[in-house]
Amino acid sequence: MTRERSNHDHQFKHVLMDIGRYWQIYLFLLPALIYVVIFHYVPMYGVQIAFKNYNPFKGMLASEWAGMKYFHQFFESYYFKTIIINTVRISLMAIVFSFPFPIIFALLLNELRSLRFKRFVQTVTYAPHFISTVVMCGMLTLFLAPNSGLLNQLIAFLGGKKRAFLESSTLFPWIYVLSGIWQNLGWNSILYVSTLSSVDPTLYEAARIDGASRFQKMLHVDFPALLPIIVILTILNFGQIMSVGFEKALLLQNNLNSETSELISTYVYKRGLQEAQFSFSTAVGLFNSVVNFTLLLIVNSISRKVSSTSLF
Amino acid sequence: MQIKKTHIKESFEDRIFNAINILIMMLVLIIIMYPLYFIVIASFSDPVQVNAGKVLILPKGMTWEGYIRMAQNEDLWRGYVNSLIYMTGGTLISLCMTIPAAYALSNKHTHGIRVFTFIFTFTMMFNGGMIPTYLVVKNLGWLNTWWILMINGGFSTYNLIVSRTFMQSIPSEVLEAAEIDGASIVQSFFRVVLPLSKPIIAVMALFYGIARWNDYFTALIYVTKQNLVPLQMVLRRILIQSETAASSISGDPESQAVLARISELMKYCVIIAASLPAMVIYPFVQKHFVKGVMLGALKG
Repeated sequence: MTRERSNHDHQFKHVLMDIGRYWQIYLFLLPALIYVVIFHYVPMYGVQIAFKNYNPFKGMLASEWAGMKYFHQFFESYYFKTIIINTVRISLMAIVFSFPFPIIFALLLNELRSLRFKRFVQTVTYAPHFISTVVMCGMLTLFLAPNSGLLNQLIAFLGGKKRAFLESSTLFPWIYVLSGIWQNLGWNSILYVSTLSSVDPTLYEAARIDGASRFQKMLHVDFPALLPIIVILTILNFGQIMSVGFEKALLLQNNLNSETSELISTYVYKRGLQEAQFSFSTAVGLFNSVVNFTLLLIVNSISRKVSSTSLF
Repeated sequence: MQIKKTHIKESFEDRIFNAINILIMMLVLIIIMYPLYFIVIASFSDPVQVNAGKVLILPKGMTWEGYIRMAQNEDLWRGYVNSLIYMTGGTLISLCMTIPAAYALSNKHTHGIRVFTFIFTFTMMFNGGMIPTYLVVKNLGWLNTWWILMINGGFSTYNLIVSRTFMQSIPSEVLEAAEIDGASIVQSFFRVVLPLSKPIIAVMALFYGIARWNDYFTALIYVTKQNLVPLQMVLRRILIQSETAASSISGDPESQAVLARISELMKYCVIIAASLPAMVIYPFVQKHFVKGVMLGALKG
């Protein structure tokens, strides 16, 4: 017992000595630590204004407590259901529709015989990833313009009827998701492509000896090789179901499509920064963060049980 | 790859698969390239022809009017210069936060690596939200400063982990040898780790640089002063809020219509001017980007 204790003391002393000797190493962490404290941890502390009647002149600490008032106000408001459904709808559509494309794309890319063609396809498909959200939305407003837009020209050319795409709340989620696929198909496939290039060559050989066609090899050798990454990315996606892109939604929003384009994040922005209802919008944001965090924990633990791949 | 090259004979089925595959890829290429190509040809075509749907494959009624108008737009120039400054300064600040921290987290002399890592990764899972962050920035007096435009979003835990993973791959013998030669922690960083980390620094500079150039969120939330706004905010006004030169001039309706057409044309030119730098540089650094994504996947 005493020996153990002295051993422990000894270790402790050793650690202290080590820290004393190599104290400079902690200075290297300082800039990053200061950043996360200012931009992440102080705001986490500031979340308490969700439970207060925040008054900017009194300051955060002097403002009196309001309990759950703002949460009730949110749960009872007309927007509560709408913005949650809108947010989840876009997320789910993004997962269902844009998740499989990069996988299929990578599998097909891997089957291209000409390396030069493959590289060309990669360069072209990665490029749209670098277009900024503002420019992307600008392109969408140009292409989808009611009369002169490129898409309507094509529709008219093919004998169809022109539509005001961006003014339709039924089409908004589709525009959001499809333009996302256009922009990130190539980029999101990088991980899969690089995984496929490291598949054990003997597996292909074995498959060939067994008489597998190229398509069968793709299905039975390549696809299983991608499964672990697919699982991890699915977890990540489900964990972020309540936090879809603020920037794009805000830019594409107008009065006519707001029925489906008003998301939790854009709602927080409008109520909080444009109308200065700090406490109320903080409560909405906090509700969102808590749901996100819970989802992440649930999905992670499910995946740990089912497939032994987890994030933490 | 090698095995496929030594393929002896392809079955009929495989050849059909190949043909279909190439067809699909061609289709993907067209879908991705055509909108970009259209913007290029529309940017120097007669806007009347563009709006009538006559410009689909080749430019028609060549005009440089859009580019000339664009060059005369002072807001755009100011935004462009501002964004260049924010990108340069912001990228430097980001690197100064990320790279040293990655060194500390990969160094065997650091105690409490798990605690520090948790402090960083927790910020990826939970956040205070838009409004509390806004209030912090406001109380610091950072609203409407060039500083917030350089620092906000300037540190990413994801990038930190990617850099740390890279530095962990530096053989420990190299650092030990330096230590035996009497190098301090600081000296090892500058003399050993930095030179060996050039590839990851390049990747990080690219990631942060592009993000800073494309950032409009920071300006939207924290900046109202017009002489500070970055390019993306100016673009938003021109492209999405369709602010036209016409609205400022009260002339006869005919010249109004002409001006409206020209500002429509200018939109295409603006898109090109804003995206060209990234598009031109990117193919040359593509392999770095790809490396960055793959490093991130090693330990996410």
